Amino acid sequence: MGEKLLMKGNEVIAEAAIRAGCRHYFGYPITPQTELMHYMAKKMPKVGGVFLQAESEVSAINMVYGAASTGKRVLTSSSSPGISLKQEGISYASGAQLPAVIVNIMRGGPGLGGIQPSQSDYFQATKGGGHGDYHMIVLAPSSVQELYELTVDAFNLADKYRILTMILGDGILGQMMEVVNFRDEEKIETYDKSWAANGHKNEREHNTITSIHIDPAVLEQWNIGYQKKYQLITESEQRYELYNCDDAEIILVAYGSVARICKGAIKEAAAQGIKLGLIRPITLWPFPVKGIEKIIDIPKAFLTVEMSSGQMLEDVRLAVDGRKPVYFTGRMGGMIPTVKNIMDKVMEIKERHS
Amino acid sequence: MSLHEIIIAGFGGQGILSGGRLIAYAGMLEDKNVSFFPSYGPEMRGGTANCMVVVSDSDIASPVLNSCSALIVMNNPSIEKFESWLKPGGILITDSSMVTKKTSRTDIKVFEIPATQLASEIGNKTYSIVYLLGKLIKETGCAKAESFEKALYSVLSQKKHYMIPEEMEVLRVGMDY
Repeated sequence: MGEKLLMKGNEVIAEAAIRAGCRHYFGYPITPQTELMHYMAKKMPKVGGVFLQAESEVSAINMVYGAASTGKRVLTSSSSPGISLKQEGISYASGAQLPAVIVNIMRGGPGLGGIQPSQSDYFQATKGGGHGDYHMIVLAPSSVQELYELTVDAFNLADKYRILTMILGDGILGQMMEVVNFRDEEKIETYDKSWAANGHKNEREHNTITSIHIDPAVLEQWNIGYQKKYQLITESEQRYELYNCDDAEIILVAYGSVARICKGAIKEAAAQGIKLGLIRPITLWPFPVKGIEKIIDIPKAFLTVEMSSGQMLEDVRLAVDGRKPVYFTGRMGGMIPTVKNIMDKVMEIKERHS
Repeated sequence: MSLHEIIIAGFGGQGILSGGRLIAYAGMLEDKNVSFFPSYGPEMRGGTANCMVVVSDSDIASPVLNSCSALIVMNNPSIEKFESWLKPGGILITDSSMVTKKTSRTDIKVFEIPATQLASEIGNKTYSIVYLLGKLIKETGCAKAESFEKALYSVLSQKKHYMIPEEMEVLRVGMDY
């Protein structure tokens, strides 16, 4: 058993990154993510790392591009409006196949929106908020402990596949405190970085990091390569949690903090003699189609619950592929779904399928 | 099985957030599952503060509460906002030096402590929350006084440790008030 601490989600992400060997952080403050920066500002100088508050999110993501090009582990973080500003850099870094980790602690939008928790950046994260045929791996933690574990995994996945990996959290996860158990020693995976532009000392050919390929035939070949990689990730990296699914009448689909509220609803339903289950996607991209496949025959219907107008809902419907009805309930703008919201919808669905 | 869903609310500067964090910390020291969720929204900009603390034997579903089993309030807006959140049989603890409004609920247990006044009398207003936390741990059993003391030693910086014996005395006064 490692060290047991009561810590804030945002701080845990920063600590996890440092433990994973990240020594380069570039960012710009924004609620509800700022404690991550505060922690980095305090800790990075002590571990010989770089903390830099850029003049904007656009600068920060381009600094990430630069640091990642040298093969170093690098992190940036922001919240929704700031992540929108980073999209150009995200597309470029994806084209250049750079490994880096990006944290989005989502708040209500669109626009400047508000500062309360939200999940309305699902489309942006999983379908590409920037231009071009690219994907990031998107991880959705649901507890402070998982913020730690998935942040470490994010760096390993990024290096393994030379891909951007996003931690998609929300204001609840960023702001809440919970007990976290850090491992005594972090096993830092190392990957081939012979592609890095880190000085060739006239001992090898120089490496070029770029996303420009002006000849369309060449660019197509690059794209075919990217797609092969995405295919490989889709086959090997889907993650999900199944909770209480055996004999469930209705299976809820939710990620992040909303999945926890769903667990509350499952308990409440059980007290009323109603069997609910939950599938919690841990990777949002790749979406855990395999998880849905495993439970497709069990329920009468699926109910997707999100802090959005229904974004992941589309991926759930694609995975279910018409075999079962898929319903939705959610709240927007920083409002948090309640157990009652979920139970009301459950009753409505039960009525319809009785 | 024990589950404590606690809300602490008042003005910024009354120790609302540090008080909540101490309860969560004390619960952790007793190997319970704990969560702490602070208000960070527009209401905070208006000078009010609240936090939600869950202490439980089993896994905690949501750290965000829609009702509570115990409520500490340290100003009038907070009692107005949260008194309806208390479950029947729940525990309401007010700082009666600050909260002049009486609850209309008859299905809850009410404890009034003039915490701010008591704290002023001993010359340290920051202790007001500690009287109320004393009553909270006594009435709910969400944490033991010993765990609270250990939490103080862990959370407070070394140079404030000299205050802890006095703070524990205040906690005990609150417990027995």
